[in-house]
Amino acid sequence: MSLGVSNLSCQRGGRTIFNELSLQIEPGEAVVLRGPNGAGKSTLLRVIAGLIPAQSGEINLNGVSFNNRDDFQEQVTYSGHLDAIKPQLTVVENLRFWADLFGADNLDQTMAEFLLDEIADRPAHTCSAGQKRRLGLARIAVTSRPLWLLDEPTVSLDTETTARFARIIDAHCAAGGMALIATHIDLGLHTSRTFEMETYIPGASVQEHDPFLKGDW
Amino acid sequence: MRSLLIRELRLALRSGGGAGLGLAFFLIVVMLVPFGVGPNQQTLALIAPGILWIGALLASLLSLDRLFQSDSEDGTLDILSLSPMPLEQLVAIKALAHWITTGLPLVVIAPVLGMTLNLPEAAYLWLIASLAAGTPALSFIGAAGAALTVGVKRGGLLLSLLVLPLYIPTLIFGAKATSLAADGLDPMPAFMLMAGLSLFTIALTPFAAAKALRTHLN
Repeated sequence: MSLGVSNLSCQRGGRTIFNELSLQIEPGEAVVLRGPNGAGKSTLLRVIAGLIPAQSGEINLNGVSFNNRDDFQEQVTYSGHLDAIKPQLTVVENLRFWADLFGADNLDQTMAEFLLDEIADRPAHTCSAGQKRRLGLARIAVTSRPLWLLDEPTVSLDTETTARFARIIDAHCAAGGMALIATHIDLGLHTSRTFEMETYIPGASVQEHDPFLKGDW
Repeated sequence: MRSLLIRELRLALRSGGGAGLGLAFFLIVVMLVPFGVGPNQQTLALIAPGILWIGALLASLLSLDRLFQSDSEDGTLDILSLSPMPLEQLVAIKALAHWITTGLPLVVIAPVLGMTLNLPEAAYLWLIASLAAGTPALSFIGAAGAALTVGVKRGGLLLSLLVLPLYIPTLIFGAKATSLAADGLDPMPAFMLMAGLSLFTIALTPFAAAKALRTHLN
């Protein structure tokens, strides 16, 4: 039970985002990604989630290779900048859909955990940004996968909810789960490590594998 | 699977979903025809099958551009692609939901509009049958087109240009089946060809659309 990322490289539109990146997460551990804007934190999370292809390198999660897409994806849950909420549906309808789709049975418990009970029947478009964020994060908890990939999860959350969410991550890790979190604030997690990312500066050693950029034209 | 279908139907029926839009558009387009070509009953009866079919075609095109685009914009598509459900199945269910909210109402209202165009009595059954068998193909071809244009800003027009030529075979045989019945001839050959075309489309387009969505996601 662990996540191993080795020599991972990713290029977008002919530009290298990160190169030869290696990272290890042990069970029960939360790793916080830090780095300046544009360092590739979001890209790394999306590559691990399988939303962006990597050019080279290997990712291994609990013995399942990244190339074994279906089995790999079954262990991962991802939360990006967008909350994947439908404004026309109520809060509980939104969450129930994800719970059904991911085959989860802890809907009520998660609703309570994220303090969504009192706004359960409100259409999502009447919710505040922070409430929508809570609903978006509740999806992570309801899908109950071993590896959580969180991209700036605390944006627009108040301090109390942030602390509450940190406790939820802690509980997830205490149960043997893993989390990789891109954030700029200190979440105050129990078992966390920081992984620094730097903006990639192109060097002569790396060949950019874009067929359209080959040759001097 | 059922939860996705229910969700799609709910989204279409709530505000901004545009479920009634196609129906209203169909009504207005068909009602405009007598004003344009004049109230001559023979002329209307002659063009009724074609007008009804073209109207249904355009109406079902109307709400297609938001099929995947709204999901793409709010991040839902990312999460759907990570879910245990295969993208092919996702596309098929979304196309089915599109048909239930757009195609099915057209089938129901078409006989009433047929009356306003003086469609011969013998053709009503075949109008309903051909629309019922043909409109699913429109939704499924449209889903493939919508998947191709999901990343394009204001892709609605591009979608129409891509999809409308592909609607031609369904239009030819659908309208032909209806007009053959109107003339008292055997509409079965045209109907069977169109039904076969629909089955072919329903079987294949989910794969094409899923491929297009994967390309978009990457």
